[in-house]
Amino acid sequence: WLPTMHASDVGRLAGRLLANDAIQEIVVGRLAITTLSGGRTWSFEQETIPLAGLDAAALDRLSRERCLALTVRELHAVRDHFLSLGRDPFEIELETIAQTWSEHCCHKTLSSGIDHVGPAGEAHYDNLLKETVFAATRTIRETLGPKDWCVSVFRDNSGVVRFDGDHDICVKVETHNHPSAIEPYGGAATGLGGVIRDVLGTGLGAKPIANLDVFCVAPPDTPAAEIPPGVIHPRRLLAGVAAGVRDYGNRMGIPTIAGAVAFDPGYLGNPLVFCGTVGIMPRGSAEAAVQLGDLIVVAGGRTGRDGIHGATFSSIELSSESETESGGAVQIGHAINEKILADFVLEASRRKLFHAITDCGAGGLSSAVGEMAATLGAAVDLDTVPLKYEGLSASEVWISEAQERMVLAVDPADWNMLASVASEEGVEATAIGTFTGSGRIVLRWQGQVAGDLDCHFLHEGRPKQRLTSRHAALPPLPVTWLGDGSLAAWLLDVLALPDVASKERIIRQYDHEVQGCSVIKPLLGPGEGPADGTVIRGVLGRNRGIVLGVGLRHRLGRIDPYQMAAGAIVEAIANAAAAGADPDRIALLDNFCWGDTRREDSLGTLVEACRACHDTAIAFAAPFVSGKDSLNNVFAWTDGSGTAREISIPPTLLATAIGQVDDVRRALSPDLKAAGNLLAVVGHSQDDMAGSQLELAGGVRGGAVPTVDVAACRAACRAVAVAHKDGLIASCHDCSDGGLLTAVAEMAIAGATGARIDLAKVPCASGTLPSDRVVAFGETPGRFVCEVRQEHAAAFEARCAGVPWGWIGGVTAEPVLEIVAPSGDAERVPVEKLAHAWRGEAV
Amino acid sequence: MLSPRALILRAPGTNCDHETAHAFERAGGIARRVHVRALSERPAIADDCQILCIPGGFSYGDDIASGRIFALELKTRLSDALLRFRDRGGLVLGICNGFQVLLQTGLLLADPATGAPQASLAHNTSGRFVDRWVRLNAAPGPCVFLRGLDHLELPVAHGEGRFVLRDPALLGPLRAAGQLPLSYAHDDAGRSTNPNGALGDVAGACDPTGRVFGLMPHPERFIDATQHPSWSGRLDPSAAGAGLTMFANAVKAMA
Repeated sequence: WLPTMHASDVGRLAGRLLANDAIQEIVVGRLAITTLSGGRTWSFEQETIPLAGLDAAALDRLSRERCLALTVRELHAVRDHFLSLGRDPFEIELETIAQTWSEHCCHKTLSSGIDHVGPAGEAHYDNLLKETVFAATRTIRETLGPKDWCVSVFRDNSGVVRFDGDHDICVKVETHNHPSAIEPYGGAATGLGGVIRDVLGTGLGAKPIANLDVFCVAPPDTPAAEIPPGVIHPRRLLAGVAAGVRDYGNRMGIPTIAGAVAFDPGYLGNPLVFCGTVGIMPRGSAEAAVQLGDLIVVAGGRTGRDGIHGATFSSIELSSESETESGGAVQIGHAINEKILADFVLEASRRKLFHAITDCGAGGLSSAVGEMAATLGAAVDLDTVPLKYEGLSASEVWISEAQERMVLAVDPADWNMLASVASEEGVEATAIGTFTGSGRIVLRWQGQVAGDLDCHFLHEGRPKQRLTSRHAALPPLPVTWLGDGSLAAWLLDVLALPDVASKERIIRQYDHEVQGCSVIKPLLGPGEGPADGTVIRGVLGRNRGIVLGVGLRHRLGRIDPYQMAAGAIVEAIANAAAAGADPDRIALLDNFCWGDTRREDSLGTLVEACRACHDTAIAFAAPFVSGKDSLNNVFAWTDGSGTAREISIPPTLLATAIGQVDDVRRALSPDLKAAGNLLAVVGHSQDDMAGSQLELAGGVRGGAVPTVDVAACRAACRAVAVAHKDGLIASCHDCSDGGLLTAVAEMAIAGATGARIDLAKVPCASGTLPSDRVVAFGETPGRFVCEVRQEHAAAFEARCAGVPWGWIGGVTAEPVLEIVAPSGDAERVPVEKLAHAWRGEAV
Repeated sequence: MLSPRALILRAPGTNCDHETAHAFERAGGIARRVHVRALSERPAIADDCQILCIPGGFSYGDDIASGRIFALELKTRLSDALLRFRDRGGLVLGICNGFQVLLQTGLLLADPATGAPQASLAHNTSGRFVDRWVRLNAAPGPCVFLRGLDHLELPVAHGEGRFVLRDPALLGPLRAAGQLPLSYAHDDAGRSTNPNGALGDVAGACDPTGRVFGLMPHPERFIDATQHPSWSGRLDPSAAGAGLTMFANAVKAMA
């Protein structure tokens, strides 16, 4: 059929469906390759960048042309520093500074001083992150005193907490948004590869034992005509990122056990790709310190020209030209190289053959060596770094983000042993320099000095910025009920919405059982329904377990950023609690993804979200242990009519909860267990339809924002935990997207059995709720549906004293969901029909 | 009585070695993980072992074909050691990627005349990697590992697991000879659980002695009841999983 198509159609279809011209080339017909060029050795040239005498406009142009992502104010600080030395910076020095000072590497917006005006009044911060997120953790740790179970927070490549008598666990979640927008498969794969190395590079090395992934994309039914130039259609993008995680995670032999997919038109130009990894390490190995005289050893893959300027690229906004301008910023991953590297690192760690380790991620060697040498200083012979091919300049070697590399600080006495372990595992390890004690980073090429930077200036010389922000609460929209139809009909519509519908197609492509520790799987029960939190054993053969939950309330981001963030945190905690996690051992991670925070109103929403993180973490005594941000997620283009257009993502906080269970044999699952059991709701429901799935289904518009009542949510979590501790809960599911009725439907699908619920019995904050649809589909955070055996009813009631709760029905043998509305009208819908809607199958 | 020793042979990209070693130890054996480089340098390492297991993973990335390079390495460097191991009565188990390796090396289902592989594991008909649980029927016959098993559930996790024969007409004779003792079965609703389109629903194969066995499902991922997707409220969470039987059979046979 190909020859009958017009040549331009062939090219267009190939570009849309088959190839990605950021990294691939379309050739119609036979590909003729006669030679492969190996590159020619670069000969040393010193390039000086004159800064003295440049005005602001010229400095700004310089920053843009060289993809430095430095502000004029920062370039002034660089100029003044070098003026004091009586020279201009060398190109490699300027690049090093740009990498180190990038938003990606040092969170300059979140750590800024900010003067904020918001609904709660004025607030002034000298360092926003320190005074909100970090402060919450400090307060919680101080309150815990000797019972503090945090080990290393916000310092290392991941956050570390106590696990059992012999082990600590660590966790990190990263974003890889910009690369994934340009090349979904490679971007997501290397995103996962990077966060796995973060865990390998924590303390003296941790073993990666679980991955999670969360994708935020535009709706899959977005018409092709609405796709801006340079943007990949969300359906193809989602398939690409899922395949990237699949191929990298599966090959690494790390189970991908948790995740979510969320949809919003705002993610069209800037899809979000979050990858997380949990690791386990022997107690006492969280602390690592480089020693004077240690060798700088680079191990793993060779260095190439891939991934130049990733750190600075990720700090600027995308446009329709990004694909052509920044294709080189996309890294190319190779999972087996990383698997071999991981085997080597863990063996070297077991034999205690290094003093410190970090991964080569954003900024490459410049960032890895720069961080490790922050106090001592280092001398690096860049010409000794093993290369994939010849021709890289000293700067390219230094900032390349070629994947699958780690940097180790090795005592010269251990070098031979380390080299022999590397050779046994088939890994290349090369000593490229020394940690010197000079307090300077000296870069050499065949003995000649290529760069010489003061560590103190590099890490402390960045001028702090002071920003202003504001946020005004939106007036609530009056609620409007739309359409008619039965609750059952709305339920079928809600179950089929992309946010709620089954993610089986993605989940089953991930190996979620490798390593043999899986306990509560992402799909479970005889009907293969969805889990809340997922559970794994920490160590094979031992019963203590780790629980992962994620929370995302992106649909509230534009309406109320404070409640968006608080709701996300509560959802993550509720996920973990519903799987049986100990409420006194839940750690949190924050991942902020925002639009253009150079705008005061956008920065204002970020401040509001940070406030929510602070307040909610303290209320739950759940400390933040690690986090990451990705700002400037704005996409600009010119449309067909010549109009400049722009799309920004909704303010999005991904909250991740990592919990613990004493004994995995008592972990909870949400699948209904047996006919005759009772169903209870714990936690009260409010009149809050804003941002609900029912709104997406077309059943309502406006309404109040779901508000987190932290005291009530915490009490509900505790009641569930206490009842579970006494063995009174047969199954448990938290209410999130799609509300109570969706939660019960999912429990029935998973259990492949029926249920009968009476909505009049649902405990409500204001006594009664105005509409059946609020009770059925409202998304008030912090509520649980619990299945309880009849003989445990009285004991369960006693555990719930003081918490809003109520019996709402029971489990039935006939696989039908019977919904009794407050009016007394009953509707019946077969569970199989619910399952079909949820799976997107034709009935 | 000494516990039998199991050698878990790993290559770059092997990733089920730890849990497979754990399964042998739970079954009462002593497991040792050995890199194929180390075994190539000192083939005698295998001499004091009674069981050899090639676990799952993506050996050498499976970039050419699943298990191909690992098999080539074994054939060129360790062929004598492997044949000696088998001929002195050792047990050989290949799981998932290890099953493919056994087929490629010719230790399983090779043409008796030429020694060339007659069977292979092709890409799943879905074209995708799949992780799910399957129902299995075991007809142990001579197979040491399957003794006492009839119906069981295990998880699969692979992209290339579709059993194919160079000559499909061999299916009947191989089955009659007891060399295809493990097959995908139907679930309670009567639906096939064959996850990959395997010819004749074949999930595992053994040699005529029953001492060399390979299978696509992962028995090491069901040694505890809590590894089952529906255990909560339905199975005794302290009970063993059906997969443990295969390791226990091997240990018992060599004790």
